Amino acid sequence: MINLHSLSFGYPHTAPIFQNFNWKVERGETWAILGSSGCGKTTLLYLLAGLRFPTAGVIEIDGEPLKRPRPRTGLILQDYGLLPWATVRENAGLGLQVRDFYGEDGKHTPKNFQPEKDPEYWITKLGLGEVAEKFPAHISGGQRQRTAIARTLALSPDLLLMDEPFSSLDAITREDLQHLTLSLCKEQALTLVIVTHAIEEAIALGSKILLLDSSPRIFENPKGRAGETGHRNSREYRELCDLLWKEMRNEK
Amino acid sequence: MSKRGIVFSIVGLAVAWQIVAMLVNRDILPAPWDVFVVFVDELDNGLVTHFFYSLWRVTAGMALSVLAAAPAGLLIGGSKRLDRIFSPIIYVLYPIPKVVFVPVVLLFLGIGDVAKITLIFLILFFQIVVLVRDQAAGLPPQLIQSLQSLGAGRRALFRFVYLPASLPAILTALRQSIGTAVAVLYITELFATKYGLGYYIYYNGSTLFNYPAMYAGVIAMSLLGLGMYYAVDWAERRLCKWKFVS
Repeated sequence: MINLHSLSFGYPHTAPIFQNFNWKVERGETWAILGSSGCGKTTLLYLLAGLRFPTAGVIEIDGEPLKRPRPRTGLILQDYGLLPWATVRENAGLGLQVRDFYGEDGKHTPKNFQPEKDPEYWITKLGLGEVAEKFPAHISGGQRQRTAIARTLALSPDLLLMDEPFSSLDAITREDLQHLTLSLCKEQALTLVIVTHAIEEAIALGSKILLLDSSPRIFENPKGRAGETGHRNSREYRELCDLLWKEMRNEK
Repeated sequence: MSKRGIVFSIVGLAVAWQIVAMLVNRDILPAPWDVFVVFVDELDNGLVTHFFYSLWRVTAGMALSVLAAAPAGLLIGGSKRLDRIFSPIIYVLYPIPKVVFVPVVLLFLGIGDVAKITLIFLILFFQIVVLVRDQAAGLPPQLIQSLQSLGAGRRALFRFVYLPASLPAILTALRQSIGTAVAVLYITELFATKYGLGYYIYYNGSTLFNYPAMYAGVIAMSLLGLGMYYAVDWAERRLCKWKFVS
Protein backbone atom coordinates (compact mmCIF):
# COMPACT_ATOMS: atom_id res chain seq x y z
CA MET A 1 0.00 0.00 0.00
CA ILE A 2 2.67 2.51 1.09
CA ASN A 3 6.29 2.25 0.01
CA LEU A 4 8.96 4.75 0.98
CA HIS A 5 12.19 4.35 -0.99
CA SER A 6 15.34 6.12 0.25
CA LEU A 7 13.29 9.07 1.44
CA SER A 8 15.06 12.25 2.54
CA PHE A 9 13.42 15.38 3.81
CA GLY A 10 14.39 18.48 5.75
CA TYR A 11 13.10 22.00 6.21
CA PRO A 12 15.31 24.81 4.88
CA HIS A 13 18.15 25.87 7.17
CA THR A 14 17.64 22.96 9.58
CA ALA A 15 19.16 19.50 9.94
CA PRO A 16 17.47 16.87 7.75
CA ILE A 17 14.62 15.00 9.45
CA PHE A 18 14.76 11.92 7.23
CA GLN A 19 17.78 10.56 5.40
CA ASN A 20 17.60 7.50 3.21
CA PHE A 21 14.50 6.30 5.08
CA ASN A 22 12.71 3.17 3.91
CA TRP A 23 9.33 1.95 5.14
CA LYS A 24 6.58 -0.32 3.91
CA VAL A 25 2.94 -0.55 4.95
CA GLU A 26 0.69 -3.37 3.73
CA ARG A 27 -2.96 -2.84 2.87
CA GLY A 28 -5.29 -3.15 5.87
CA GLU A 29 -2.55 -2.71 8.47
CA THR A 30 -2.90 -0.30 11.36
CA TRP A 31 0.30 1.57 12.12
CA ALA A 32 1.08 3.92 14.96
CA ILE A 33 3.98 6.34 14.52
CA LEU A 34 5.42 7.14 17.89
CA GLY A 35 8.06 9.64 18.88
CA SER A 36 8.85 12.64 21.00
CA SER A 37 8.09 16.20 19.88
CA GLY A 38 10.08 17.35 16.86
CA CYS A 39 11.11 13.84 15.73
CA GLY A 40 9.32 14.31 12.39
CA LYS A 41 6.25 12.13 12.90
CA THR A 42 3.81 14.83 11.76
CA THR A 43 6.12 15.65 8.85
CA LEU A 44 6.02 11.99 7.81
CA LEU A 45 2.22 12.08 7.86
CA TYR A 46 2.16 15.25 5.75
CA LEU A 47 4.54 13.58 3.28
CA LEU A 48 2.14 10.62 3.06
CA ALA A 49 -0.77 13.04 2.59
CA GLY A 50 0.98 14.70 -0.37
CA LEU A 51 1.13 18.04 1.43
CA ARG A 52 4.95 17.97 1.60
CA PHE A 53 7.39 16.49 -0.87
CA PRO A 54 10.64 14.60 -0.24
CA THR A 55 13.93 16.27 -1.13
CA ALA A 56 15.10 12.85 -2.35
CA GLY A 57 13.59 9.41 -2.72
CA VAL A 58 10.09 8.33 -3.67
CA ILE A 59 6.80 7.80 -1.88
CA GLU A 60 4.60 5.24 -3.60
CA ILE A 61 1.01 4.61 -2.62
CA ASP A 62 -0.77 1.79 -4.39
CA GLY A 63 2.20 1.56 -6.75
CA GLU A 64 1.83 5.20 -7.88
CA PRO A 65 4.44 7.82 -7.02
CA LEU A 66 2.79 10.47 -4.83
CA LYS A 67 2.81 13.90 -6.49
CA ARG A 68 -0.21 15.59 -4.88
CA PRO A 69 -2.88 14.82 -2.26
CA ARG A 70 -4.36 11.50 -3.25
CA PRO A 71 -8.20 11.38 -3.53
CA ARG A 72 -8.49 8.12 -1.61
CA THR A 73 -6.32 9.24 1.29
CA GLY A 74 -8.13 10.82 4.24
CA LEU A 75 -6.30 13.10 6.68
CA ILE A 76 -7.58 13.90 10.15
CA LEU A 77 -5.78 16.47 12.25
CA GLN A 78 -5.51 17.16 15.96
CA ASP A 79 -7.57 20.35 15.80
CA TYR A 80 -10.12 18.70 13.46
CA GLY A 81 -9.73 21.24 10.60
CA LEU A 82 -13.46 21.98 10.57
CA LEU A 83 -14.85 25.15 9.02
CA PRO A 84 -16.14 27.27 11.93
CA TRP A 85 -18.81 28.89 9.75
CA ALA A 86 -20.29 25.59 8.55
CA THR A 87 -22.63 23.30 10.49
CA VAL A 88 -21.73 19.71 11.34
CA ARG A 89 -23.82 18.57 8.35
CA GLU A 90 -22.11 21.04 5.99
CA ASN A 91 -18.67 20.09 7.31
CA ALA A 92 -19.41 16.39 6.87
CA GLY A 93 -20.36 17.03 3.23
CA LEU A 94 -17.48 19.41 2.53
CA GLY A 95 -15.24 16.90 0.76
CA LEU A 96 -18.07 16.03 -1.63
CA GLN A 97 -18.79 19.73 -2.19
CA VAL A 98 -15.14 20.26 -3.14
CA ARG A 99 -15.39 17.36 -5.60
CA ASP A 100 -18.62 18.77 -7.06
CA PHE A 101 -16.89 22.15 -7.39
CA TYR A 102 -14.22 20.69 -9.69
CA GLY A 103 -16.34 18.04 -11.34
CA GLU A 104 -14.77 14.77 -12.47
CA ASP A 105 -11.54 16.34 -13.72
CA GLY A 106 -9.37 13.32 -12.86
CA LYS A 107 -7.07 15.59 -10.88
CA HIS A 108 -9.02 16.87 -7.87
CA THR A 109 -11.85 14.39 -8.29
CA PRO A 110 -11.29 10.86 -9.60
CA LYS A 111 -12.99 9.99 -12.88
CA ASN A 112 -16.32 8.17 -12.35
CA PHE A 113 -16.23 9.00 -8.64
CA GLN A 114 -19.35 7.81 -6.85
CA PRO A 115 -19.35 8.07 -3.05
CA GLU A 116 -20.22 4.67 -1.58
CA LYS A 117 -22.31 6.26 1.16
CA ASP A 118 -24.04 9.58 1.67
CA PRO A 119 -22.58 11.98 4.32
CA GLU A 120 -25.96 11.57 6.08
CA TYR A 121 -25.15 7.88 6.59
CA TRP A 122 -21.93 8.82 8.39
CA ILE A 123 -23.62 11.56 10.43
CA THR A 124 -26.08 8.97 11.74
CA LYS A 125 -23.50 6.21 12.15
CA LEU A 126 -21.18 8.45 14.13
CA GLY A 127 -24.00 9.66 16.40
CA LEU A 128 -24.03 13.23 15.11
CA GLY A 129 -27.72 13.39 14.13
CA GLU A 130 -28.69 15.58 17.08
CA VAL A 131 -25.94 18.12 16.52
CA ALA A 132 -26.05 18.12 12.71
CA GLU A 133 -27.30 21.72 12.53
CA LYS A 134 -24.85 23.03 15.14
CA PHE A 135 -21.60 24.86 14.45
CA PRO A 136 -18.26 23.34 15.55
CA ALA A 137 -17.82 25.90 18.35
CA HIS A 138 -21.02 24.65 19.96
CA ILE A 139 -20.27 20.94 20.14
CA SER A 140 -17.82 18.91 22.24
CA GLY A 141 -14.28 18.00 21.20
CA GLY A 142 -15.34 14.37 20.71
CA GLN A 143 -18.21 15.43 18.44
CA ARG A 144 -15.86 17.65 16.44
CA GLN A 145 -13.50 14.75 15.90
CA ARG A 146 -16.44 12.54 14.89
CA THR A 147 -17.44 15.21 12.36
CA ALA A 148 -13.91 15.23 10.94
CA ILE A 149 -14.05 11.43 10.68
CA ALA A 150 -17.50 11.59 8.97
CA ARG A 151 -16.17 14.16 6.48
CA THR A 152 -13.22 11.92 5.62
CA LEU A 153 -15.21 8.67 5.39
CA ALA A 154 -17.79 10.33 3.10
CA LEU A 155 -15.07 10.35 0.42
CA SER A 156 -14.68 6.54 0.63
CA PRO A 157 -10.95 6.52 1.46
CA ASP A 158 -8.78 3.41 1.55
CA LEU A 159 -6.02 5.03 3.60
CA LEU A 160 -6.64 7.00 6.78
CA LEU A 161 -3.93 9.28 8.17
CA MET A 162 -4.47 10.73 11.65
CA ASP A 163 -2.28 13.29 13.39
CA GLU A 164 -2.68 13.05 17.18
CA PRO A 165 -6.44 13.08 16.67
CA PHE A 166 -7.47 12.36 20.24
CA SER A 167 -4.80 14.17 22.25
CA SER A 168 -7.03 17.04 23.36
CA LEU A 169 -9.93 14.80 24.44
CA ASP A 170 -10.76 13.43 27.87
CA ALA A 171 -9.79 9.82 28.65
CA ILE A 172 -13.27 8.30 28.19
CA THR A 173 -13.98 10.08 24.89
CA ARG A 174 -10.47 9.24 23.70
CA GLU A 175 -10.95 5.52 24.35
CA ASP A 176 -14.41 5.56 22.72
CA LEU A 177 -12.98 7.16 19.60
CA GLN A 178 -10.00 4.81 19.55
CA HIS A 179 -12.39 1.86 19.48
CA LEU A 180 -14.58 3.56 16.90
CA THR A 181 -11.56 4.21 14.67
CA LEU A 182 -10.42 0.60 14.84
CA SER A 183 -13.90 -0.79 14.18
CA LEU A 184 -14.35 1.57 11.20
CA CYS A 185 -10.95 0.55 9.81
CA LYS A 186 -11.97 -3.09 10.04
CA GLU A 187 -15.44 -2.52 8.60
CA GLN A 188 -14.28 -0.31 5.71
CA ALA A 189 -11.03 -2.24 5.11
CA LEU A 190 -8.97 0.89 5.72
CA THR A 191 -5.24 1.12 6.14
CA LEU A 192 -4.53 3.31 9.17
CA VAL A 193 -1.46 5.38 9.98
CA ILE A 194 -1.84 7.31 13.20
CA VAL A 195 0.71 9.68 14.72
CA THR A 196 0.86 9.95 18.48
CA HIS A 197 3.25 10.88 21.25
CA ALA A 198 1.42 8.66 23.75
CA ILE A 199 2.83 5.15 24.14
CA GLU A 200 -0.51 3.78 25.41
CA GLU A 201 -2.35 5.14 22.38
CA ALA A 202 0.25 3.72 19.98
CA ILE A 203 -0.21 0.28 21.50
CA ALA A 204 -4.00 0.58 21.62
CA LEU A 205 -4.25 1.46 17.92
CA GLY A 206 -1.22 0.13 16.08
CA SER A 207 -0.79 -3.50 15.11
CA LYS A 208 2.67 -2.23 14.24
CA ILE A 209 4.50 0.68 15.81
CA LEU A 210 7.14 2.79 14.12
CA LEU A 211 9.29 4.51 16.71
CA LEU A 212 10.82 7.56 15.11
CA ASP A 213 14.08 8.77 16.55
CA SER A 214 17.70 8.88 15.41
CA SER A 215 17.38 5.31 14.11
CA PRO A 216 13.73 4.48 13.37
CA ARG A 217 12.63 1.03 14.60
CA ILE A 218 9.55 -1.09 14.12
CA PHE A 219 7.78 -2.94 16.97
CA GLU A 220 5.18 -5.62 16.44
CA ASN A 221 2.14 -5.41 18.68
CA PRO A 222 1.12 -8.92 19.88
CA LYS A 223 -1.07 -10.21 17.10
CA GLY A 224 -4.76 -9.53 17.28
CA ARG A 225 -4.70 -7.79 20.63
CA ALA A 226 -4.66 -4.13 19.70
CA GLY A 227 -7.94 -2.40 20.51
CA GLU A 228 -9.52 -5.50 22.01
CA THR A 229 -11.38 -5.28 25.30
CA GLY A 230 -9.09 -6.10 28.21
CA HIS A 231 -6.02 -5.56 26.09
CA ARG A 232 -4.78 -2.89 28.47
CA ASN A 233 -4.67 -5.38 31.34
CA SER A 234 -2.68 -7.97 29.43
CA ARG A 235 0.94 -8.82 30.14
CA GLU A 236 1.90 -8.19 26.51
CA TYR A 237 0.50 -4.67 26.71
CA ARG A 238 2.50 -3.86 29.84
CA GLU A 239 5.68 -5.38 28.44
CA LEU A 240 5.39 -3.41 25.22
CA CYS A 241 4.67 -0.23 27.20
CA ASP A 242 7.81 -0.80 29.29
CA LEU A 243 9.92 -1.55 26.22
CA LEU A 244 8.79 1.55 24.31
CA TRP A 245 9.14 3.69 27.42
CA LYS A 246 12.77 2.54 27.84
CA GLU A 247 13.55 3.03 24.15
CA MET A 248 12.18 6.57 24.19
CA ARG A 249 13.91 7.40 27.45
CA ASN A 250 17.26 6.09 26.15
CA GLU A 251 16.95 8.42 23.17
CA LYS A 252 16.66 11.41 25.46
CA MET B 1 -27.96 46.37 20.12
CA SER B 2 -31.47 46.29 21.62
CA LYS B 3 -34.20 48.48 20.13
CA ARG B 4 -35.07 49.67 23.63
CA GLY B 5 -31.47 50.83 24.20
CA ILE B 6 -31.51 52.78 20.95
CA VAL B 7 -34.86 54.46 21.73
CA PHE B 8 -33.55 55.45 25.18
CA SER B 9 -30.35 56.85 23.62
CA ILE B 10 -32.34 58.92 21.10
CA VAL B 11 -34.62 60.26 23.84
CA GLY B 12 -31.57 61.03 26.04
CA LEU B 13 -29.88 62.87 23.18
CA ALA B 14 -33.04 64.90 22.47
CA VAL B 15 -33.33 65.86 26.15
CA ALA B 16 -29.64 66.93 26.28
CA TRP B 17 -30.12 68.89 23.04
CA GLN B 18 -33.23 70.60 24.47
CA ILE B 19 -31.35 71.61 27.64
CA VAL B 20 -28.36 72.99 25.69
CA ALA B 21 -30.73 74.83 23.27
CA MET B 22 -32.50 76.45 26.23
CA LEU B 23 -29.20 77.45 27.79
CA VAL B 24 -27.75 78.85 24.55
CA ASN B 25 -31.07 80.43 23.54
CA ARG B 26 -29.91 81.52 20.04
CA ASP B 27 -31.16 80.94 16.49
CA ILE B 28 -28.12 78.89 15.63
CA LEU B 29 -29.30 76.09 17.93
CA PRO B 30 -33.06 75.57 17.58
CA ALA B 31 -34.89 73.15 19.90
CA PRO B 32 -35.21 69.53 18.75
CA TRP B 33 -39.01 69.70 18.37
CA ASP B 34 -38.71 72.74 16.05
CA VAL B 35 -36.15 70.88 13.98
CA PHE B 36 -38.35 67.77 13.88
CA VAL B 37 -41.30 69.80 12.55
CA VAL B 38 -39.11 71.34 9.84
CA PHE B 39 -37.63 67.90 9.08
CA VAL B 40 -41.11 66.49 8.38
CA ASP B 41 -42.00 69.55 6.24
CA GLU B 42 -38.74 69.34 4.32
CA LEU B 43 -39.38 65.70 3.40
CA ASP B 44 -41.89 66.99 0.86
CA ASN B 45 -39.64 69.85 -0.01
CA GLY B 46 -36.63 68.09 -1.58
CA LEU B 47 -34.91 66.58 1.47
CA VAL B 48 -35.81 63.06 0.31
CA THR B 49 -34.18 63.73 -3.09
CA HIS B 50 -31.02 65.02 -1.40
CA PHE B 51 -31.04 61.95 0.86
CA PHE B 52 -31.22 59.56 -2.08
CA TYR B 53 -28.42 61.36 -3.94
CA SER B 54 -26.19 60.92 -0.89
CA LEU B 55 -27.32 57.34 -0.37
CA TRP B 56 -26.48 56.48 -3.98
CA ARG B 57 -22.99 58.00 -3.77
CA VAL B 58 -22.01 56.39 -0.49
CA THR B 59 -23.53 53.01 -1.42
CA ALA B 60 -21.80 53.01 -4.81
CA GLY B 61 -18.48 53.90 -3.14
CA MET B 62 -18.89 51.14 -0.57
CA ALA B 63 -19.99 48.53 -3.12
CA LEU B 64 -17.07 49.33 -5.42
CA SER B 65 -14.58 49.23 -2.58
CA VAL B 66 -15.85 45.82 -1.39
CA LEU B 67 -15.81 44.46 -4.95
CA ALA B 68 -12.22 45.61 -5.48
CA ALA B 69 -10.69 45.33 -2.00
CA ALA B 70 -12.09 41.97 -0.88
CA PRO B 71 -10.57 39.94 -3.76
CA ALA B 72 -7.34 41.98 -3.52
CA GLY B 73 -7.09 41.34 0.23
CA LEU B 74 -7.84 37.65 -0.30
CA LEU B 75 -5.18 37.29 -2.99
CA ILE B 76 -2.52 39.14 -1.00
CA GLY B 77 -3.37 37.33 2.26
CA GLY B 78 -3.51 33.94 0.54
CA SER B 79 -0.16 34.24 -1.26
CA LYS B 80 3.13 34.93 0.46
CA ARG B 81 4.65 36.12 -2.82
CA LEU B 82 1.93 38.72 -3.46
CA ASP B 83 2.10 39.73 0.18
CA ARG B 84 5.83 40.45 -0.16
CA ILE B 85 5.15 42.66 -3.19
CA PHE B 86 2.03 44.55 -2.11
CA SER B 87 2.22 44.82 1.67
CA PRO B 88 4.99 47.47 1.64
CA ILE B 89 2.94 49.51 -0.85
CA ILE B 90 -0.16 49.26 1.35
CA TYR B 91 1.97 50.11 4.38
CA VAL B 92 3.03 53.37 2.76
CA LEU B 93 -0.39 54.30 1.33
CA TYR B 94 -2.67 53.22 4.18
CA PRO B 95 -1.88 55.99 6.70
CA ILE B 96 -2.21 58.83 4.16
CA PRO B 97 -5.45 60.71 4.97
CA LYS B 98 -7.32 60.27 1.70
CA VAL B 99 -9.43 63.40 2.30
CA VAL B 100 -6.45 65.48 1.21
CA PHE B 101 -6.97 64.07 -2.26
CA VAL B 102 -10.32 65.85 -2.64
CA PRO B 103 -8.87 68.65 -4.86
CA VAL B 104 -6.68 66.21 -6.80
CA VAL B 105 -9.57 63.84 -7.52
CA LEU B 106 -11.83 66.74 -8.49
CA LEU B 107 -9.14 68.02 -10.87
CA PHE B 108 -8.69 64.62 -12.49
CA LEU B 109 -12.25 63.29 -12.49
CA GLY B 110 -14.29 66.46 -12.76
CA ILE B 111 -17.17 67.59 -10.63
CA GLY B 112 -19.69 64.81 -11.21
CA ASP B 113 -20.58 61.78 -9.13
CA VAL B 114 -17.53 59.82 -10.33
CA ALA B 115 -15.18 62.03 -8.30
CA LYS B 116 -17.34 61.79 -5.17
CA ILE B 117 -17.70 58.02 -5.40
CA THR B 118 -13.97 57.64 -6.11
CA LEU B 119 -13.06 59.46 -2.90
CA ILE B 120 -15.29 57.23 -0.78
CA PHE B 121 -13.88 54.23 -2.64
CA LEU B 122 -10.29 55.32 -1.91
CA ILE B 123 -10.90 55.56 1.81
CA LEU B 124 -12.79 52.29 2.18
CA PHE B 125 -10.57 50.33 -0.18
CA PHE B 126 -7.52 50.47 2.07
CA GLN B 127 -9.45 49.72 5.27
CA ILE B 128 -11.04 46.62 3.72
CA VAL B 129 -7.92 45.40 1.94
CA VAL B 130 -5.88 45.52 5.16
CA LEU B 131 -8.49 43.74 7.31
CA VAL B 132 -9.23 41.06 4.70
CA ARG B 133 -5.52 40.47 4.04
CA ASP B 134 -4.83 40.02 7.76
CA GLN B 135 -7.81 37.70 8.14
CA ALA B 136 -6.77 35.56 5.16
CA ALA B 137 -3.11 35.42 6.23
CA GLY B 138 -4.07 34.54 9.81
CA LEU B 139 -6.10 31.45 8.96
CA PRO B 140 -4.83 28.36 10.80
CA PRO B 141 -2.59 26.33 8.46
CA GLN B 142 -4.32 23.15 9.68
CA LEU B 143 -7.58 24.42 8.23
CA ILE B 144 -5.97 24.93 4.83
CA GLN B 145 -4.16 21.60 4.97
CA SER B 146 -7.25 19.62 5.90
CA LEU B 147 -9.09 21.19 2.95
CA GLN B 148 -6.14 20.40 0.66
CA SER B 149 -6.27 16.81 1.83
CA LEU B 150 -9.93 16.75 0.71
CA GLY B 151 -8.73 17.63 -2.78
CA ALA B 152 -9.07 21.43 -2.61
CA GLY B 153 -6.71 23.34 -4.90
CA ARG B 154 -6.29 27.10 -4.92
CA ARG B 155 -9.70 27.86 -6.44
CA ALA B 156 -11.61 25.66 -3.99
CA LEU B 157 -9.63 27.13 -1.09
CA PHE B 158 -10.77 30.60 -2.10
CA ARG B 159 -14.36 29.46 -2.50
CA PHE B 160 -14.67 27.34 0.64
CA VAL B 161 -12.15 28.89 3.05
CA TYR B 162 -10.75 32.32 2.22
CA LEU B 163 -13.99 33.91 1.04
CA PRO B 164 -16.27 32.86 3.93
CA ALA B 165 -13.46 33.48 6.42
CA SER B 166 -13.04 37.04 5.19
CA LEU B 167 -16.74 37.97 5.33
CA PRO B 168 -16.63 39.10 8.99
CA ALA B 169 -13.50 41.15 8.19
CA ILE B 170 -15.25 42.84 5.25
CA LEU B 171 -18.27 43.68 7.40
CA THR B 172 -16.09 44.91 10.27
CA ALA B 173 -14.18 47.14 7.87
CA LEU B 174 -17.45 48.49 6.49
CA ARG B 175 -18.83 49.15 9.97
CA GLN B 176 -15.63 50.94 11.00
CA SER B 177 -15.63 52.98 7.81
CA ILE B 178 -19.24 54.15 7.68
CA GLY B 179 -18.55 57.20 9.85
CA THR B 180 -15.56 58.20 7.72
CA ALA B 181 -17.43 57.49 4.48
CA VAL B 182 -20.36 59.73 5.47
CA ALA B 183 -17.93 62.47 6.61
CA VAL B 184 -16.12 62.33 3.27
CA LEU B 185 -19.47 62.32 1.50
CA TYR B 186 -20.32 65.60 3.24
CA ILE B 187 -17.03 67.16 2.12
CA THR B 188 -17.41 66.01 -1.48
CA GLU B 189 -20.96 67.35 -1.64
CA LEU B 190 -19.77 70.82 -0.76
CA PHE B 191 -18.21 71.06 -4.22
CA ALA B 192 -19.98 71.66 -7.49
CA THR B 193 -23.30 69.98 -6.91
CA LYS B 194 -26.88 70.99 -6.19
CA TYR B 195 -27.92 67.64 -4.78
CA GLY B 196 -26.95 65.67 -1.71
CA LEU B 197 -27.23 66.16 2.02
CA GLY B 198 -23.82 67.86 2.23
CA TYR B 199 -24.98 70.53 -0.21
CA TYR B 200 -28.37 70.79 1.55
CA ILE B 201 -26.82 71.33 5.01
CA TYR B 202 -24.25 73.85 3.77
CA TYR B 203 -26.71 75.77 1.57
CA ASN B 204 -29.32 76.11 4.34
CA GLY B 205 -26.75 77.01 7.01
CA SER B 206 -24.43 79.36 5.13
CA THR B 207 -26.55 80.87 2.37
CA LEU B 208 -30.18 80.83 3.56
CA PHE B 209 -29.41 80.97 7.30
CA ASN B 210 -32.31 78.53 7.74
CA TYR B 211 -30.92 76.84 10.83
CA PRO B 212 -33.84 74.45 11.53
CA ALA B 213 -33.54 73.16 7.94
CA MET B 214 -29.77 72.86 8.35
CA TYR B 215 -30.30 70.68 11.43
CA ALA B 216 -32.95 68.70 9.56
CA GLY B 217 -30.19 67.93 7.03
CA VAL B 218 -27.85 66.92 9.86
CA ILE B 219 -30.51 64.54 11.17
CA ALA B 220 -31.03 63.11 7.67
CA MET B 221 -27.27 62.53 7.37
CA SER B 222 -27.20 60.88 10.79
CA LEU B 223 -30.08 58.64 9.74
CA LEU B 224 -28.14 57.75 6.61
CA GLY B 225 -25.15 56.64 8.72
CA LEU B 226 -27.36 54.83 11.23
CA GLY B 227 -29.28 53.08 8.45
CA MET B 228 -26.06 51.87 6.89
CA TYR B 229 -24.83 50.68 10.25
CA TYR B 230 -28.05 48.69 10.61
CA ALA B 231 -27.71 47.32 7.10
CA VAL B 232 -24.20 46.01 7.87
CA ASP B 233 -25.44 44.46 11.13
CA TRP B 234 -28.31 42.84 9.26
CA ALA B 235 -25.92 41.49 6.61
CA GLU B 236 -23.63 40.12 9.31
CA ARG B 237 -26.50 38.33 11.04
CA ARG B 238 -27.52 36.75 7.76
CA LEU B 239 -24.08 35.91 6.38
CA CYS B 240 -22.19 35.05 9.58
CA LYS B 241 -24.80 33.08 11.50
CA TRP B 242 -22.21 31.06 13.38
CA LYS B 243 -21.09 34.20 15.22
CA PHE B 244 -24.52 34.77 16.76
CA VAL B 245 -25.43 31.29 17.97
CA SER B 246 -25.14 31.01 21.73
